[in-house]
Amino acid sequence: MELKVIDPGTGSGAAAGCASSGCGGKADALAHLPEHIRAKVHNHPCYSEEAHHHYARMHVAVAPACNIQCHYCNRKYDCANESRPGVVSEVLTPNQAVKKVIAVAANIPQMTVLGIAGPGDPLANPGRTLDTFRQLSEKAPDIKLCVSTNGLALPEVVDELCAHNIDHVTITINCVDPDVGVKIYPWIFWKGRRVKGRKGVAILIEQQQKGLEMLVARGVLVKVNSVLIPGVNDEHLKEVSRVVKAKGAFLHNVMPLIAEPEHGTFYGVMGQRGPTHEELQTLQDACAGDMNMMRHCRQCRADAVGMLGEDRGHEFTLEKIETMEIDYAQAMEHRRQVHATIEANREAQRKKSGETFISIASIKRTKKETRPVLMAVATTGGGVINQHFGHAREFLIYEANATDVRFIGVRKVELYCAGGDTCGDAETALAKTIRTLSGCEAVLCSKIGYEPWGQLEAAGITPNGEHALEPIEEAVAALYRELAAAGRLEQPMPAVARMRA
Amino acid sequence: MAYQIVEGCVNCWACEPLCPSQAIVAAKPHFLIDAAKCTECEGDHVAPQCAGICPVEGVILDSLGVPLNPPGSLTGIPPARLAAAMAEIQAR
Repeated sequence: MELKVIDPGTGSGAAAGCASSGCGGKADALAHLPEHIRAKVHNHPCYSEEAHHHYARMHVAVAPACNIQCHYCNRKYDCANESRPGVVSEVLTPNQAVKKVIAVAANIPQMTVLGIAGPGDPLANPGRTLDTFRQLSEKAPDIKLCVSTNGLALPEVVDELCAHNIDHVTITINCVDPDVGVKIYPWIFWKGRRVKGRKGVAILIEQQQKGLEMLVARGVLVKVNSVLIPGVNDEHLKEVSRVVKAKGAFLHNVMPLIAEPEHGTFYGVMGQRGPTHEELQTLQDACAGDMNMMRHCRQCRADAVGMLGEDRGHEFTLEKIETMEIDYAQAMEHRRQVHATIEANREAQRKKSGETFISIASIKRTKKETRPVLMAVATTGGGVINQHFGHAREFLIYEANATDVRFIGVRKVELYCAGGDTCGDAETALAKTIRTLSGCEAVLCSKIGYEPWGQLEAAGITPNGEHALEPIEEAVAALYRELAAAGRLEQPMPAVARMRA
Repeated sequence: MAYQIVEGCVNCWACEPLCPSQAIVAAKPHFLIDAAKCTECEGDHVAPQCAGICPVEGVILDSLGVPLNPPGSLTGIPPARLAAAMAEIQAR
């Protein structure tokens, strides 16, 4: 791609000091990866941050059994209002799952990825999981197949996974030290026995590491998920990140602990808190020196359907898919066309924002030192700012500085349902949203009402609806330039916003 | 001599493939053990398989009606603590 250098005489200077996503190649944060890996993840919403704006995923809940107990998990299945791993509305047989995948693929053509992630452990249900994969690799060859596991049973099924063309595997690794693990896992089921305490954890860790090595040796792309549990494994996750990277994992996803008493989990009942946005970001940044970090995870349910952060599962219940007649050959052709259109749009966005990022790089040399700013973005997908502030259930958080815009994470507005009667506390939805945006100095959306506008400003957050339908990172860069030009970025962050951070 | 599955079972299937006697039935509203088939794993395993993998406390009982996984034994949550938390949620 050809870059236009707007600021003359800075040919090499424009590239100097650029972080992960600055300078031309910008939207592609995985640009440094080898070509064959990029080809595998370019349309995988869970493995590529940029892809998640354009492509959808689905999970099928065929795997109810589990072989370990985690302190953040409770095996209940039926709350439709909760969005967290391990929760589903109905468990499917492999045949039902295949039918559902075909129905979703035909109706949501941007769905590129099918994952099996529970609600138990997929590999503790090898028959059901592998049967689903085997059928899908024959009937829907244009869908990528993924599996997510705790790793205990992984070594014994690695070769079967490879035989079914599973080339993305996620292993949840919360520790590499049994002394940390005993505070996370009370027991495992191993060779016909429940093994409690440190002994069980040591077996789990050994199996996870062995499985990781075996997958890497076979060329399978491995992502590692870790749950950040403050006071339990927070510091330790830096070591986990180093170890799994050294063994060949290509992406590390540190997710916040979800713990509420209502969930009935050990952590929830015992009052273990989850991390703040800032703690999560600090740890992700600390690991990022060694490892590619995933920051756009939505911690989906094991039966989620649609774009990340959205759940269209109710459109594809067993009853509804029963009535759908689908010609998959025809659907596949339609999907191919939709994917081609998406790729053309992505290419156009990349070209356009390449120009923006060369011009943002010029700020530093022409103005005084300007500080980095966090901005929140409301989007329904497509990589553009296209959502009304009041409709946003989540915000994407970006950090802009003088040379670069980088994606930081996602914040949900309604943090995980806490049950029917607990929703009506005194704090209004708007006040909650504003608290969720703590640390941000601007919010970009397509439109915003009069009342939230005033309250956001009072909280030190600048609302902005002037970049509607523009590519996100380009709009963030543009707003940063506007703030810089107005001289607002030469002073430290305003006290009102800083206090909230 | 037979175990039984009672209310509280979440139908997670974990026990079903492990039973050496094929005594577990995927019934509604919850799984059941066929008492005529259950051997309590005697002669096949040192530890009963269904109770060994079951993630829910108190839902598999021995022939005297005593839970094989009593409250607190699997989650590590002290029963009094769980009761207090549930009472607090109810009171909201």
